[in-house]
Order: sequence, then C-alpha cells, then structure tokens
Amino acid sequence: MWDVEIRGMASAHAIVASSIFLATVIPAVFLENFSVYGSHMVWLYSVAGSVAVVNIAVFWLLGISPPTKKNTLSFKINRLFRSCLYFLLSCLFYHTVVVLYGAPLLETALDTFSLAVLLSTFTTLRCLCILGPNIQAWIRVFSRDGALSVWDTSLQITTGCSLVGAWLGAFPIPLDWDRPWQVWPVSCTLGATAGFLTGLLVAPVWIHWHRKLLTYKLK
Amino acid sequence: MRRLPVLLPLIWVCSVFYVGIFLFVGGFLLVRLEVNRTSTCADILSPGAQVKGDFCLSEPRFRRAVVLIIDALKADFTRYDPENTAPKPFENKLPVLDEMGSLHPSHARLYTFRADPPTTTMQRIKGFTTGSLPTFIDVGNNFASNAILEDNLVHQLGQVGKRVVFMGDDTWVSLFPKKFHRSLPFPSFNVKDLHTVDNGILQNIYPTMEGDDWDVLIAHFLGVDHCGHRFGPDHPAMAEKLSQMDGVIRSVIKRLKNDTLLVVMGDHGMTDTGDHGGESQKETDAALFLYSSSPLFSAPGSQMEPEVVPQTDLVPTLALLLGVPIPYSSVGQVLLPLFPQNGSRSAPTGLSQAEALWINVKQVNRFLETYSNMAKDIPPDSLSLLRADFSNISSQYLVAVQEGRLPSPDLVVSMQNYLTSVRETCRASWARFNPFKMAAGLLILGLACLLCCVISELSHLVIQEGFLKLPIFSGLVVGMAVAGVQLFSQGYLELSWCLAGAALSSEVLFLWKTRRVSPKDRWCPARLLTPALLVLFLRCASLLSDSYVIYEGHVVTFLLLTLSVYIPLRLNWDGLLVPLPPPDTQKPPMQRQATLPSSVVRRETTVLLVWLGVLVGSLYVSLSFHNCREEQGSCQPSPFLSPLSRVQDSQLRNLHYVLSVASLATWVYLLHRWLRHYGNLNCSTVSVFSACFILPLACVGMGLHWAVSATPEDTFRNLSELIGLAHVFLPRAIFCVLGLGLLLLWVDPMTVFIKSRTPVNSRGTSLPRPRYRASTGISPQAELHHLIPQLYQRIRHSLEDGGVEAGEVDDRPAVEAYGLGTVFSAPLLLFCGLLGLVLLLLHPEGMALAFLLLLLEAGAVLHIHACSTNLSSLSIHSSGYSVPWASVVSWSLAAAQFFHATGHLPTFPSIQWGAAFVGFPQGHTGTVLPASLVILNTFSSHILFAVGCPLLLFWPLVCEVRGTRSARSVGGEESEDAVMEMRLRESPQKFSSALLQLTARYLFVNGAQVLASVCAAAILRRHLMVWKVFAPKLMFEASGFIVSSVFVMLGLIMVMRVDIAVGRLFKKLLPQNSRLFKLRNRNKPHISAIRLQATPQVLAEMWQQLLSSRLVLMRLWHRAKSGVDTV
Repeated sequence: MWDVEIRGMASAHAIVASSIFLATVIPAVFLENFSVYGSHMVWLYSVAGSVAVVNIAVFWLLGISPPTKKNTLSFKINRLFRSCLYFLLSCLFYHTVVVLYGAPLLETALDTFSLAVLLSTFTTLRCLCILGPNIQAWIRVFSRDGALSVWDTSLQITTGCSLVGAWLGAFPIPLDWDRPWQVWPVSCTLGATAGFLTGLLVAPVWIHWHRKLLTYKLK
Repeated sequence: MRRLPVLLPLIWVCSVFYVGIFLFVGGFLLVRLEVNRTSTCADILSPGAQVKGDFCLSEPRFRRAVVLIIDALKADFTRYDPENTAPKPFENKLPVLDEMGSLHPSHARLYTFRADPPTTTMQRIKGFTTGSLPTFIDVGNNFASNAILEDNLVHQLGQVGKRVVFMGDDTWVSLFPKKFHRSLPFPSFNVKDLHTVDNGILQNIYPTMEGDDWDVLIAHFLGVDHCGHRFGPDHPAMAEKLSQMDGVIRSVIKRLKNDTLLVVMGDHGMTDTGDHGGESQKETDAALFLYSSSPLFSAPGSQMEPEVVPQTDLVPTLALLLGVPIPYSSVGQVLLPLFPQNGSRSAPTGLSQAEALWINVKQVNRFLETYSNMAKDIPPDSLSLLRADFSNISSQYLVAVQEGRLPSPDLVVSMQNYLTSVRETCRASWARFNPFKMAAGLLILGLACLLCCVISELSHLVIQEGFLKLPIFSGLVVGMAVAGVQLFSQGYLELSWCLAGAALSSEVLFLWKTRRVSPKDRWCPARLLTPALLVLFLRCASLLSDSYVIYEGHVVTFLLLTLSVYIPLRLNWDGLLVPLPPPDTQKPPMQRQATLPSSVVRRETTVLLVWLGVLVGSLYVSLSFHNCREEQGSCQPSPFLSPLSRVQDSQLRNLHYVLSVASLATWVYLLHRWLRHYGNLNCSTVSVFSACFILPLACVGMGLHWAVSATPEDTFRNLSELIGLAHVFLPRAIFCVLGLGLLLLWVDPMTVFIKSRTPVNSRGTSLPRPRYRASTGISPQAELHHLIPQLYQRIRHSLEDGGVEAGEVDDRPAVEAYGLGTVFSAPLLLFCGLLGLVLLLLHPEGMALAFLLLLLEAGAVLHIHACSTNLSSLSIHSSGYSVPWASVVSWSLAAAQFFHATGHLPTFPSIQWGAAFVGFPQGHTGTVLPASLVILNTFSSHILFAVGCPLLLFWPLVCEVRGTRSARSVGGEESEDAVMEMRLRESPQKFSSALLQLTARYLFVNGAQVLASVCAAAILRRHLMVWKVFAPKLMFEASGFIVSSVFVMLGLIMVMRVDIAVGRLFKKLLPQNSRLFKLRNRNKPHISAIRLQATPQVLAEMWQQLLSSRLVLMRLWHRAKSGVDTV
C-alpha cells in the first residue's frame, strides 16, 4: 500500500518535472529568438501553464482531490469558481509579499506579478488540487502533524522548497556581476523553479526514507 | 537581584571586545598625524648658511611643466621590445617613450615609478602631490570633504603665482578645491565609460598648450584604468587605448617649448585582472617618463641611475626644478639625474646635485622634528639615529661650504642614505599592515564572540559569585607580565600587546573553566542551528561582499522581514497558531492537556498578525528614508533628509513640517498612551511629572525650533535677531529639559501609585467584589458613577457593623499599587522616549517620521516576541525568562535597519555634520562636544535599541496571558492573578540570569557582525574596494558596537536602579510588625495590586480613618485625579 502510493507519487512528480523541461524545450523549437533570459516572460508563462495543466490532469486522473459530499453541478461550479478566486487572490498575495520584500512597486509590476503567478502555480495550485478550496485545511497541512497522507507531505515539501528557492533567488540580485540572469525577476523565477524541481525530486525520496516515522491517520 | 555578578561579566566581555577591536584596528588602519604647516619661500631651514631662505633662491630650471597622468600606466606597458613579434595587447603600444629615450638620451628618461600601497587613485594623488605616505586615516583631515589640507605641490605652485590648469579626473577638483587657475573636470565614477574623460582632455589640451594662459598643466587620463577594470589588460581595447596615449604623448612633445618639462606618469599599476588597490608589485609599479626639449640629463652611464623611483620623490624634484618650496611634509628625495653634477655647472641655471640634496635633507629633517614632536609613533631609537646622522651631515656640509670646496661624493651618498632611511622609518610606521596585530585582534574577537555565546548559555552558572575571579585575575597578571617582559627586553612599553595578553589569557581560562563546569549534553552545535542564527550568519556573510555592503539597508530589511515572517510560520508548524480542533478521537489525550483556551489563542494570533502587519508596513515605508551611496548608480536620496530650510517650494515645506510635527506628537502620544494604559501615570512622582509635562514640553519646543529653522532667512528681517537667539537657545533649552527629564527618571524611577485599600468583602457575600476597574475601557465618569454608590454602600455597611469584623482574618486591608505590573518597563520606555527626542533633535526635521516608524517597529518586534512567547509558553518548558535568539536577532537587525532608515550610511561623507551645530550655530571651541553630538546622531538607532534591549525580557510579562505562566509557577495559589513584572521579583536569581543572558546574546549578535566586518577587512585587504567600502564599514561597525555596548549597559543599570527602588518601596510598605505579604490582583487585566495583610492594630487604625470618611474623600479625589490622568 505504502510503496504503491509512494511510487504513484514519484511518477506523478516525474511527469510534472518533465513538463517543466518540455515547457522549456518545445518553445525553443517553435519560436525564434526564444531564450530563458531573453524572452523570459514567454518561458515563465509556458512553464506555469504546463505545470498547471499537468498538475490538474494528474490529480484529476489520480483522484487525489478530497471527496465531496455533494456532487451536484452547481456545487462543482461553485467549487471551480472558488478555486479560481483563491488562485487569483494568492497571486495578489504573493505580489504584495514580493513587493514588501523589496521589489519595485511600479516599474516592473508586470514582471513581479508574473513571478507571483509562477509561485502560485507551484504552491497554491497544488494546494487547490490536493485539498480543495479550503483555507482551514491549508493552514492545517503546514503544521507538524497536519499531514494526513503522503500527498500532504509532498505538498509540504514542494511548497517549502519553491518558496525557499524563490527566496534564495533574490540573493544574487545586488551583486555587480552584470549577468543576464541577475535581472529582476529572472533569478527569483529560476530559483523558484529550481526549488520546485528539487521539491519534486526530494519528496518521494524523503517520504520513502522516513516511511517508518510517518504515521498518517485515516482520511 | 544581583547587580555586580550581572554587570561584571558583561563589562569584562565588552572590554575584551574593545581590546580586540583596538588591536585589529591598530594593525589595519594606520594612523598618521597631518602636519598642518606649509612651506613658504621665506622659510629659513636650519642650520642655514644663508639668511634669505632656501627654497626660491635661484632661478628655476624650468618655467613650465606639463604633467600627463595616465591612470594605471603600469611599468610593463611602457617597455618596448622590438624583438617581440607577437606582442600582447598591452605590450609595445607606447613606442614613443623608447624612441625618445634612444634618440635623445640627454632629453628623455624612463623609470619604474613605485607607488606606496594603498594603490587607489585618490590616495596616490595625495601621495605624489604632498610627497607623503598616505594612510587610511590622516588625522586632522576633515572627513566632510576629501580636500587635501596638508601642504602640497598644487598649493605651492599657486603660492608662487604659477597658473595651474587642470583637466581630467574630477577627483582632483574635490581634492584641491579652488586651487586651480582653470579646471576642466570630467566625471570619473562610471568605470564602464572608457572615453569621456580622455576625449574631454584631448579636446582641450592642445588649445591650452598653444595658448599662454598656463604655467603648469595637469591632465589626468582615466581610459587605461577603466579599460583595465572593465576588460583587463589583455584585451584589444587596451591596445587601442594605449595607442591613443602614444599619440597623445607624441603630439604633446611636438608642442613643447624649451622651458617646459614633460612628465608622463602612471599613478599605480594593475594586476593581471586589471584591478588595483593592494601592494603587489604589479599594482605598485607604474611608469615615469621625463622629457624636455632642452638637454636635461647628463650622458647615460656618467652617473648612477636609480632603477626604481619611489613615487614620493617626484614632489621635491618637481618643486626644486620649478622653483617652488618643497611641501612641508614631503619625505621624498630629489631625483639626482635631473640636476647637474657637482662642479660641472654646464646648465645655465638651477641647483647642483649637492645643493638640491642639502635643501632636501634640511626640509625632511624639519618635518621629522615637527612630526616627532606631535606624534609618538616613530620609534625613539631610530629617531635618535636619524638625528645623529643629520647633525653629522650638516656639520660636514657646512665645513665644506665654509672652506669653499665642493661637497665630496661621499657626502652626497650619505645625504641620500639619510633621506632613504627617513623614508623607510616613516613607511614602517605608516604604510604597512601589521599582520600580527591583525591576527591577534581577530583571535580575540572570535573568542569574545564564543565567550558571549557561552555566557548566554550558562548564565545561571556565570552569575555565581567568584566564577569570574580567576579569569580576570589571571588576565591582569598576564598583562602585567607581558608589560614587564617588554620593559625588560625592549625598554619601552607597547600597550596593545599587554592588553592582548591580558584579554587572551582571561578568555582562554574562562573557556577552559566553563568546559569543565558545563554539563556535557548542553554542547551540541545543532542546537544553535536555528533559523534565527542562520539569518545572523547570512547577515555576517553579507558583510564580506562589497555589493551587499553597498546595498546593506535593503539586505538588512530583507533579512528582518524574513525573520519576522518566519515566527508565525514556525508557530503554525508547531500547531500553536490556531486553536486545536475540538477534542476528538484523533489525538491521544495526553497531548491535549497543555493548551491554551482557544479564545486566548485566537486573540493572541490576531494580535501577532496585526503587529506583523505593522512591522512589515513600517519596514516598507522606512525604505523611503534611505540615503544613497555614490556606488548606487541611479538612486535618489530621500527628500526627508534635506533640512526644511533647503526645501524651496513653500507648500511642500509646510507639508513636511506638518508631517514632522504630527509624527513627533504621535511619538509622545503613543508613549503617554502606553503608560496610561498600564496605570503608570497615577502617582505624583517626578518620573510621572517628566512623562506628563517634560515630554509634551520638549515636543512643543522642538516644533518651535523646527519652525524657526525652517523659515527662510529673508522673510522676517526685523525679527532676525530674535530668530538668531532662537537658533541658539531653543535647542539648548530642549536639551536641558530633556536632560532634566532623564535625570529625574534616574532619581526616582518609580511610576507606581500606592493606595490603601479597605477590606472589600467586608460582609462575606453581602457585597459583590468591586469590579469597576475590570476593564480599562470604562470611562472615568462611568467609573465614578459606579464608584459612588459602592462607596456609599460600603460606608453604610461599615457604619452598621462598626468595628466588629476587625478581628476577621480573611479580609484585611490591603495596599493597592497601580502600575506595579510595568514597574520595570515603564521607566525604561520613558527613558527611551526622552532619549529618542534628544536624538531626533540632532536629525533633520523630516526624520521625525522615521523615528515614529522606529517606535512602531520596536513595538511590533516586542509584541511579536511577546505573542509568540505566550503562544508557545506551554509547549516549551524552559526555565526562567529566556529570550529566544529570534527576538534578539530581530532586535539587532532592527537597529541596523534604522541606522539606514534614519539616513545614515557607513561612509564618511554621509556623516550628518549638521548635528554638531544644533544649538551651536556659531560652531564650537572644543572637539568633545561636537564629536559626541555627531556620534549621538550617527548611532541614534543603535543607542535606542540598545537602551531598550531589556524590554525584550519584560514584554512577554507585560503582555502575559493570565494562567499561562502562573500555571507552572510553584507558589501560585491564585492562578487568575496577572502579576506581570512582579513575577521577576519572585525569583531574583532567575531574573538576574535572564538579564545577563539577554545582554550577552545581544552583545553576541552585535559582536558577530563586528567580527564579520573585521574578517572582511582582513581577508579583502587587497580588494579594490577596501578603502571605499570595507574599511569604513569596519569603522562604523566597530564604533556602533562600542556605542551599543555602552548604552546596553546603561539600560541594564537603569533596570537595576528600578529594582533598588522597588525593593525600597516594598520595605516601606511592609510595616515592621506585619509578616504576611503577597502579591495580589483583583482580576483586573492591567493593574497589579499588592495586598498587604496587616495586623489588627493597623487594621483598626485604618478602619478608623475610613469611618471618619477622610479616606473616602481622599479616594474620591484620587480617583477623580487619576481619571483626569488616565483618559
């Protein structure tokens, strides 16, 4: 049972990770002048879009989302609407946080917002997929004994890694090396992506390693 | 509370830190006193044969000179090797120098020109114009501008009426303001710009040379240097640049006249990567090319040619060739090949070699005498040797002159040797790092940080009597021993090594002692790997990179924000931020015991998040008060930094003024409000007087002062005298008032209102316990309304009963003390508030907003700390009142953050010198007062946060949630009481050790930053930016630490003063015969009361008083008065 779940999660993570690579490679084939630094926004939205699509598809196919009591269409639409709203709110939230951390307020607002979208894709979207639009549950997940399944644990790890990656990504900005990736927000998006990939990689390994220690209650 | 055991370790640690800083700085920043005398033509150098003076005696050899300075013209660039068929980009690109040398050997000469470290352009310009060996700090230099005040060549040229025309690097203009006849400066800052300066010179140099409006032309080209910084020497751009220079030299030579000397020189070299600043030979070896259209040198081989010319030698040579006095503090030696040899007299004019040398020797000797009288840093034995040399030379020379014969060649050599040895002596004491001192300083500082850490972990042990006796005693002994050995072996005392010995031995002994004492399991390093210390580590690591130091204000804000966001995340991770779900079967029951009620959790969480919002908001807003370093390219200094009188737009000025005054008023209001909230304004002691009257008075005074200083000078002409008086006396009056407030606070720090309280439940259940002050929200009128019926009822009851229940044991009269719960923090906060106003007065008016943000931010950090302590108080079973690292690190980061947010920067030009003239617009006579005013201004945020440091200990108690702490206190029979800071009195031992721990941690956090910047300066001492970024940063960090540690002690002493006063109060309250005494509170949230259970005699007496209704009246009166006070 355990191994099956972990294996499933690992393969799901592999699919998500490969989607990031594909999102980097495919536009390079089809678009002229595509480069990660040069046309950064294209790359960013291609990654964000592909991660979003793959995440939603994988979790929908695997049926990870929490069971709902009502199954009516209106309830589903309401849920979908709330999910979209939460996603948008989380983008705004991240935007605010990033601005408070020192991003320019007006000059590169679009770039900053794109970073917020990317971060939301890496973190909030997965929360929405796994836990549904339920903020109480989100807060619960990010506590020590809050994880109720391996998916929750993987959510903890990937979210933490993405945010720490984005945080670390801000470090090279003040340095005077004049590299193209030091331009705001390239290093932060790259850091967030690298962190997310690390999280995807680390989560199954870590869970496998600690499977004796993890005791989940029944759902 | 134990005072000495707390203070002694801290004083000891601080002095160890000071010794470390002193040693390192002594080895790193070499100090030279500037001799502020200038040479003149009329100077008579002793021993003089002539009466007329030495310098401007004979006809100068050259009337005019062209000095082409090619920045970073390395010696290698100028060598020409015709056999080199595949030259690198920097080789063989200046053939003109070699051509001229071989074509006209008596007209041109090329030398290697050796610079003294530090090889940075500004220091080098200073070097080859003053002829001295510059050090980092030339004492006597005015820090405000870079202008060279020492005697220099440019000044001397101007003195004798030579017209000096300058073009090129704009550094010169700031170094020699108003000294040039004409100057064409071009911006030098942008390293990427290779051509602006050079093209600017090229457009002007030829017309200038062809004109007749100059005597000395100085042109400073920057292209080669910038090319090196940008591309390195091994790059085609360098070839292009050097070829351009070749062309320039050729064209200049073509235009030279016979009476003109051409000097082409580099100020320093460069490394293979194109950088400079250090002391490697590649960086120090530049080129010097001398040319004249008339014969200048004797035939090659006819005399000894120096291989390497030290940079200082140019100054006396040029001075004597052009017929100007040698600058006073030059230690250079004339370049002999440029002067005709003895007796030859072939040159029509000018001095012979011996004459030139003799003047030079006398001038250097004069300088040496003056300098050794002023400063003692030249070793006395070498000084006496030099003196003997000089008297020997002078007697020989004078004898030779009297006898009418020429000085012998031996004498010339001995004069040269004398000059060389003077130079070497000066260099040894000025221009070299002292690696041993630096290493010792580093070691002592590192150990001192470790020491702080150990003290903070083992504070309960350190506080025991006699723990420190051995280390301190041994330190003294070792220091004495080192001093003795030095006196015995060397004959003189070097203080720094004695101190180093003392500090090191006491540190080592202490560490060894604690190693034996400490429990083994406590020393796992993983315990220190908390995110708070990680943030501190990042902060320290950031000091090692020049970019991070340049953007330090933003870096600190980033880290502080991270740390404060981490706190709620961590609490959530521990499951403490949200109330646990209602008990279900999920959790084992044992885990659920220690939880707070969910309403409390919710309230604390809300408070935490609100204060986090305040913190984040004030951090963000405070970013707009930053000043700009020159390295930050497109940065605008905050508009609030300029004094109001400089704001041109009157509407904007009014707006700024209103904003400043409003924030000042808010500052005072917030303090007042806090004190009132916790019932500290009820009594009538002097400290309350200072809170109620001095604070607003000072506030009004400051508003007036700002208004006066903001008025443009020409608006009220008829009132100008009055305004002048106001400029002087208003700030002084405010200083006096605030000083009086601080003094009063020191004299009587108690803010407790003592009131005798009658028995409450006189009839058991017949009367409800008075709850009229249950909430501070009730207006005093309502309270009064509520109070009077109760009083009436009570009087009625007591009249009915007479003195019957006087013998009852349960309810005896008590003494209520209002404001006892914040007895420690209230005076400390008031102290900070008064001090803050003093410091604000020293700042530009706009900084009032920044100070308000500082107050808000400090409050936010304190509240976040208090809430997180409350929320986690049950899960972490720590003993005592330990303050976690996260809060201490945030506190220290906030201090660093507001250093920047009050418009300060760790650079010397950004020091706000205006602070010295607040209240002293005419300037000062001494130096102590202005220096201390400037220090207070510069380190104001360090000072405020250091004084307020003990608040970190008190705040969780002030904001305590009832039931959290008393649940685990042993003797808490009445767990609903909010005892607040009185809890600290319950266990003086823990209180002392917690105070020691907190201070040690704060010192550690600050000391680690000093250590980091010391490491940066030591490791990167050859870095390009060392004199621009790291050395000033080190100075500011070290002085900030010293100021912080002094004021942290002051805060600590203030707490101890309050402790003494509280002890006295308790003694006074306890009548001799009463024995039972306990702290008590009547279920009131914020007002602690002491209930004094008295003996029947006392009780009966008080009862009698009540009956005579005098007390009732008194109470009513007090109540009404406190009502006025409180709302």
